[in-house]
Amino acid sequence: MTSVVVTGMGVAAPNGLGAADYWAATRGGKSGIGRITRFDPSGYPAQLAGEIPGFEAADHLPGRLLPQTDRVTRLSLAAADWALADAGVDPASFDPLDMGVVTASHAGGFEFGQGELRKLWSQGSQFVSAYQSFAWFYAVNSGQISIRNGMKGPSGVVVSDQAGGLDALAQARRLVRKGTPLVVSGAIEASLCPWGWVAQLSGGRMATDDEPARAYTPFDRDAHGYVPGEGGAILILESAAAARARGARVYGEIAGHGTTFDPPPGSGRGSTLGTAIRIALDDAGAAPSDVDVVFADGAGVPELDRVEAETISGVFGSGGVPVTVPKTMTGRLYSGAAPLDVACALLAMRAGVIPPTVHVDPCPEYDLDLVLHQPRAAVLRTALVVARGHGGFNSAMVVRAAA
Amino acid sequence: MTDSRFTFDDLKHILLKAAGAEEGLDLDEDILDTTFEDLGYESLALLETGGCIEREYGIALDDEALTDSLTPRELISTVNELLAAGRAA
Repeated sequence: MTSVVVTGMGVAAPNGLGAADYWAATRGGKSGIGRITRFDPSGYPAQLAGEIPGFEAADHLPGRLLPQTDRVTRLSLAAADWALADAGVDPASFDPLDMGVVTASHAGGFEFGQGELRKLWSQGSQFVSAYQSFAWFYAVNSGQISIRNGMKGPSGVVVSDQAGGLDALAQARRLVRKGTPLVVSGAIEASLCPWGWVAQLSGGRMATDDEPARAYTPFDRDAHGYVPGEGGAILILESAAAARARGARVYGEIAGHGTTFDPPPGSGRGSTLGTAIRIALDDAGAAPSDVDVVFADGAGVPELDRVEAETISGVFGSGGVPVTVPKTMTGRLYSGAAPLDVACALLAMRAGVIPPTVHVDPCPEYDLDLVLHQPRAAVLRTALVVARGHGGFNSAMVVRAAA
Repeated sequence: MTDSRFTFDDLKHILLKAAGAEEGLDLDEDILDTTFEDLGYESLALLETGGCIEREYGIALDDEALTDSLTPRELISTVNELLAAGRAA
């Protein structure tokens, strides 16, 4: 079976714009969570988020793209550019049909949609931009990345909340295995606008504190919700043979993936998260003892944390593997979270360092070896990334260091 | 009546707002007879530009008018005909 590797990454995170800044912040335990500045949050029950600072779209993208794009697409296009440059790929030197794009999306272009809805309501339908036809849409990031870079191979979008970030990478891996030499994949989210905010609040799981260091504390004895953020990562996936042939630097291999869907609440049947993890391990030809670190989903909601903690100790044994939740420094990024965790895992492998889980005072009932407060030096060959989406989506991915 | 004429500067203003500027393209009067397609403005950008003109000037452009082979000079002329017809009515 074709081995599929990551050769480039573009990162946009609340605690760092670009992979180097993100990794320096994450390894150092620097959080990007704070009070919302994009709009006045004082009238809303929740006021904290992980905002990406310092992204000026006009510095990164041509003027022609600005009137037709939401912030999420601008970030995605810039991150895709960085990932391609990082991989040493000039798309113009590829056959357009040899390049595909698969991203995940949870919200689409909310802020653009908010502006157009405001015009529709206050001025009338003729004032709605023609670009609204696609600028809000889940598939817009795949589409715009494809158009900007002339990528006409198999492409698509996956919509399965936080799990979607891994599901998209898995779909990209399938496309590479079916013969598309290069696929741009991953996800970015950005819906920190009033309309996006109330949509997120409606889920009922957001923390409503105003103390950035205590609002999102997965696996904590006082876990009580999550803080959302914006950002994610775009990765370049290639067949190992193609990467080798062009002399590309390889971060690591997407070695295995598993996905399951939970039974309905009240059915009496438990979560199938453990099955997803076992499928991913089997797919990678790995045993639990091969896994050197787990990047947990870290819902920050007690009943979800409990299921994840029990699942991890069920698969790996009590305290059997180091577990970390770097998203404590970014907030939960929906489908952007897991690609960022995959990028983080690859950077961690290269550095030989597990980044910390910050601000957490772990619940003693969970048998987890959480990497708290400080980074931990470790030889990392194999990492497991876990992502769970609202409504029962489970996804797990095994990432292996470059040989 | 000259103050209500639709000028090249008016078009430039709307084009930039509706569709942005193509890199390396100077929006000066040399482009008057180049088609929008050759200037890099695809059909949707043209649709949005047409919509902006309609809203700002209170006219209705025929959908058929906004083709890829349209030039800025033709569009300016069409808008001015509609404005004149509106004044005459």
